[in-house]
Amino acid sequence: MPLLELKEVEARYGSVQALHGITLEVAERQVVAVLGANGAGKTTTLRAISGTVRRSGGLLFDGKRLPRSPEAVARLGIAHVPEGRGTFAELSVDENLKLGAYARRDRSGYAGDYEGLLEHFPWLAERRDQQAGTLSGGEQQMLALARAFMARPRLILVDEPSLGLAPLIVKQLFDVLRAWIDEHGMSALVVEQNANVALEHSERGYVLEVGRVAVEGTAAELRGNESVRKSYLGY
Amino acid sequence: MADVLQQVVSGIASGGVYALLALALVLIYRSTGVLNFAQGEMAMFSTFICWELLDRGVPYWGAFFLTLAISFVGGVLIERLVIHSVSRSQALTVVTVTIGLLILLNGAAAWIWKGEQRTLENPFPSDTFEVGGVVIAAQDLGIIGVSLAIVLVLWAFFQRTRVGLALRAAALNPESSRLHGVRVSRMLALGWGLAAVLGAVAGILVAPTQGSFDQNLMLPVLIFAFAAAVLGGLDSPIGAVVGGVVLGVVLNLVGAYIDFFADLRLPAALLLILGILLLRPNGLFGRSVVRRV
Repeated sequence: MPLLELKEVEARYGSVQALHGITLEVAERQVVAVLGANGAGKTTTLRAISGTVRRSGGLLFDGKRLPRSPEAVARLGIAHVPEGRGTFAELSVDENLKLGAYARRDRSGYAGDYEGLLEHFPWLAERRDQQAGTLSGGEQQMLALARAFMARPRLILVDEPSLGLAPLIVKQLFDVLRAWIDEHGMSALVVEQNANVALEHSERGYVLEVGRVAVEGTAAELRGNESVRKSYLGY
Repeated sequence: MADVLQQVVSGIASGGVYALLALALVLIYRSTGVLNFAQGEMAMFSTFICWELLDRGVPYWGAFFLTLAISFVGGVLIERLVIHSVSRSQALTVVTVTIGLLILLNGAAAWIWKGEQRTLENPFPSDTFEVGGVVIAAQDLGIIGVSLAIVLVLWAFFQRTRVGLALRAAALNPESSRLHGVRVSRMLALGWGLAAVLGAVAGILVAPTQGSFDQNLMLPVLIFAFAAAVLGGLDSPIGAVVGGVVLGVVLNLVGAYIDFFADLRLPAALLLILGILLLRPNGLFGRSVVRRV
């Protein structure tokens, strides 16, 4: 049984339909990439899962129907790193991380996870008391990932982590995401414009076009697909 | 000089009351972006509940804390039953609803307690004592002490507890808070409950200083609290406290030395509100909203 299963999921913003029946799966311990052009429905797919947009169709997490409110989805163990990173700009770095852990069940595990986090992001230790809004874009994206990690979720949804960041930082972000997920037995669904980096770090991928799945397959299959290569990988 | 210091101390005491009510306003403003015009009447209602409990023979501090508990539940209920149902409307609609609540609570209190003048028991001795030539009223010290204690407890709650952090997060970034599992709507209700408690303390402290009170007890206090909150910056809790104390001291000093000013305290407060909104809309401690594009 896959960890996450979407069957013919539709979603709309007012009268505009953004998803026309998305079907996809994320297995345990897998990173799955969602590729596609602007407006293809990538962000909406993540929002449909976390409940931040009205949706219909089948959404199963661990075999059970996903609840409608974002709060309840978060409490089931799905962490959503949203577009714009969701930074609590006026709060300190430390408070941001504590909020990340707000929904987790085993509060005693926080300290251990925090130690593990410092191995990947050592700069967090000296910036604990700094206002999160004063961090650079790359640091805020790392903090957003770190907040999601601190929730000890079973599934992480990441929206366009590379947006506005230098290639070196993007690679570092994906490396950490992959390492953390493997280390803790989590899964991730990552929306990304930068298809090269995304597929390098994923098992499988989906290409969306106007609210539908156009192509799906393993990362290797997608890289071998000529139209995907031309449209999204650029060679 | 001793005379001035005396006026300062009693100014801090009345400022402490303004600060509590201003804090209540800030608490709700931060989380909903709405000025709660009913805040003063909620406090007045709480004061009457305390009076009623005392009248029925409940000992003072028992009545005090029982009133706070009832006020908390009342604040939560007002949010759940009234404010929540219009929470998706424009701010102006919600403000109008709070003005409606003001009138409703005022009328209800007049009806229940017959609009008569009541006297609330004073928990503090009426003595005065001298410190280095300055005569200080025990009541002023008591009010300052209670206000300070409430502010510190509130600060610790917001800064040091998990729920306090969630409350702040829900006010600053509700969208992101939801994604972390914070039940934002419950946090709003909790905020109204806390604001009602703050108002209750302010009402219970201020009523004995007036000699007697009726359902119009808090109307002037609310104006001063508004002035204090605007002075400090509507979204700044520290600003509300500083604004309240500064306003209390200044009004008291001016009132003590300029005869006709006693009658002009309310207009002066309104003028202050107007002046700050025109010249420095974010107050002393408020943050100006800068949006990155």
